[in-house]
Amino acid sequence: MSIWEYANPRKFLQTSERVMPVLWVSSGLLMAVGLIWGFFFTPDDYRQGSTVKIIFLHVPAALMAINAWFMMLVASLIWVIRRHHVSALAAKAAAPVGIVMTLIALATGAIWGQPMWGTWWAWDPRLTSFLVLFLFYLGYISLWEAIEDPDTAADLTSILCLVGTVFAVLSRYAVNFWNQGLHQGASLSLDEKENVADAFSNPLYVCMVGFGLFFVAMVFYRTGTEIRARRIKALMARERQEA
Amino acid sequence: MSLNVSDLSIARGGLPVLEGISFELTRGQALILRGPNGIGKTTLLRTIAGLQPPLGGTVSCGEDQIAYAAHSDGLKSALTVAENLTFWASVFGAQSIEPALEAYNLAPLRDRPAGALSAGQKRRLGLSRMMVTGRPIWVMDEPTVSLDQASVTLFANSVRGHLDAGGSALIATHIDLGLEATVLDVGPYKAAPLEFDDFDGGFL
Amino acid sequence: MRDLRLAVRAGGGFGLGLAFFLIVTVMVPFSVGPESDLLSRIAPGVLWLGALLSCLLSLDRLLALDWEDGSLDLLATAPLPLEAVVTIKALAHWITTGLPLVLAAPFLGVLLNLPLEGFKWVVISLLLGTPALSVIGTFGAALTVGLKRGGLLLSLLVMPLYVPTLIFGAEAARRGAMNMGVETPLLMLAGISAGVIALMPFASAAVLRINLR
Repeated sequence: MSIWEYANPRKFLQTSERVMPVLWVSSGLLMAVGLIWGFFFTPDDYRQGSTVKIIFLHVPAALMAINAWFMMLVASLIWVIRRHHVSALAAKAAAPVGIVMTLIALATGAIWGQPMWGTWWAWDPRLTSFLVLFLFYLGYISLWEAIEDPDTAADLTSILCLVGTVFAVLSRYAVNFWNQGLHQGASLSLDEKENVADAFSNPLYVCMVGFGLFFVAMVFYRTGTEIRARRIKALMARERQEA
Repeated sequence: MSLNVSDLSIARGGLPVLEGISFELTRGQALILRGPNGIGKTTLLRTIAGLQPPLGGTVSCGEDQIAYAAHSDGLKSALTVAENLTFWASVFGAQSIEPALEAYNLAPLRDRPAGALSAGQKRRLGLSRMMVTGRPIWVMDEPTVSLDQASVTLFANSVRGHLDAGGSALIATHIDLGLEATVLDVGPYKAAPLEFDDFDGGFL
Repeated sequence: MRDLRLAVRAGGGFGLGLAFFLIVTVMVPFSVGPESDLLSRIAPGVLWLGALLSCLLSLDRLLALDWEDGSLDLLATAPLPLEAVVTIKALAHWITTGLPLVLAAPFLGVLLNLPLEGFKWVVISLLLGTPALSVIGTFGAALTVGLKRGGLLLSLLVMPLYVPTLIFGAEAARRGAMNMGVETPLLMLAGISAGVIALMPFASAAVLRINLR
C-alpha cells in the first residue's frame, strides 16, 4: 500500500470523500473554538489593547498563505517527476485558497497596522513580501486560466511554480535589504525567549491547526471538483471524436 | 541511416488519434502517407520529427538525422530569399546555398524580400531549405500546397535527387508526385477510444 | 548564430523600446511636478522603472513572430539545442533593447536632474541588470508563446520575477547618486544576472518544448 495509490483519481475521490466530513467538522470546530477563545477569553494587551486579537486571524492566514505555495511547489514537483494528474490538479486547486489566505493576511495586517503604526500600509519587508507573493499567485492562476490544453497548462504552471519559488525567495532577501521594517519578528518561534504571552499562544495554536485543517479540506474538495471537471471535459471530447 | 517506427501511437490534444503504426524507411526509399483530413498525419510527422512525445511505441533513427518541413515555411519576410536560405544553411552548417536555389529555380529571385514572394514562390523557398540541411531523412507535411504543375515537377526532381544520393523521404501528400514510393494509408490505424479503467484513465 | 540577430533586427521594433523609455521619463515630471530636488531624488528609480517597462514592451514579439511563421518548429529540429536558441534570442533582445536603453539612460538622466555622481552608477547598474531582464523576459515569452492574447499575461508573469533585479539595480543606482556605498547591491545584482543567465535558459527551453508539442 503506497501513497502513490492516491494518484489514481478514483481512489483519491473515494478516500477524500470519506475523510472530508471529518476535516470539515474538526476544522470548523477548532476555528470556532480558537477564535471565540481568542476574541473573548484572553486579556487585552497592556500596550495594544483589544486590537491585538486580530492576531488570531492574521497569523494563521499568513502561515497558510506561505504553506499553500509550498504545497503547490511539492505538488508541481510530483507532477513534473511522476506525472500524476491528481497532483497537478491539487496544485491548481490550492492556488485560489492560497491567494485568499494571502489577501486575508494583508487585509487583517492593514486593519491591525492602522491603530498600531498609524498607517494602513507601509513598505515594510514582511508586508511587501506578501504583496509580491500575492502577485506570484495572481500570475500562476492566470496562466492556468489562459491555457486550454490541461496537460500543457499543468507542465507550464509547474515550471512557473518552481522558477517563481526561487524568485520569491530572492525577492524576500531583496526586500529585506531594501527596507528594514516596522513589523515585529515572527509571533511564534521555538528558539526565542520572548514569545507572545502564553495567554495568547494557546488559542493561537488552536486557530493555526484549525486553519491548516480547513486548508486541507478546501484543497481536497477543490481537487475533487477539478477531477470531475476534467473527466467531463474528457468525456465530451471523446463524444465529439466518435461523432 | 534508416528510420524505424514500431507500434507507434500518438495523441493530439490529449486524445489518441492513431495507434499501432509500424514501418521502416531505408536509404533511397520514399514513403507517402495518405489519409483523410484530421486523421493525424501532421501529428504523426511531428512525433517522428521529435517535436512531441509519442503516447506509446518507439521512433528510432540516429541523432540529428531528420529534416522537417511543416505547413508553414518559417520565412522572415524582411530578409531576402538568399538571406533566408543562408540563415538556415549556417544553422545546419551547410556550405553553399547555390544548389538549393538552382533546384527550385529561385536564383532569379535571390535578392527579392521573402515578403514580396507569391505563395507558391514562398513554398519553393521553404522546400529548398531541405536541401541545405544536409540531413538524410526528409519529413515533409503537405509539401505541394500552393505549388503549380511545374513547381511540383521541380519538387519531385529534388526528392528523386535526394533519394538517389542515398537519402530517404517521408511525405504526407494527396497528389501523385510520380515517384516510385511505397504508400501507407494511415486510415486503418485510427485509435480506438481508451478504456476508462486504467491508472490515470479517467482523464484520457 | 549571428544571423539570428539579423532576423530579430529585421523583425523591427528596434527604436520602439527606446522611444517608450523617453516617453515614460518625460511623463514623470508631468505627474510629480517640476521641483528639481524631488526629481533628482527619484531619478535613478525612474530610469530603472522606465528601462524595465521598455524591456517588457518588446518581449511579446520576441518569440511570437517565430512561432507564427513556423520558424520555431524548424529551429527545434535543427542541430542547435533549444537552450542555445533561447540564449541567442535573449542576447538579441538585449542588444536591440537593453543596450540602447543603457546608452540612452544618461541623456534622460539630464532631464530628471540626476546628480552628477549618479550617472556612472545608473549606467553601470543598468549594464549589469538589463541582461537579467532580457533573460527572465525570454522565459516569460516562452511561457506565453502560444497564446493569442499573451502580451498582458506576459507582463503579469514577468513583473514579479523582475522584483529582485529591480530592487538591487535601483538601489545601487540610488546609493550611487547619493554618494553611499554601492558594493552590496551591485554585487547582488551581478550575482542575480550571472545566476539567471546560467540557469534560466534551461527553464525557457523546457517551457518552449512543452509549448511546441
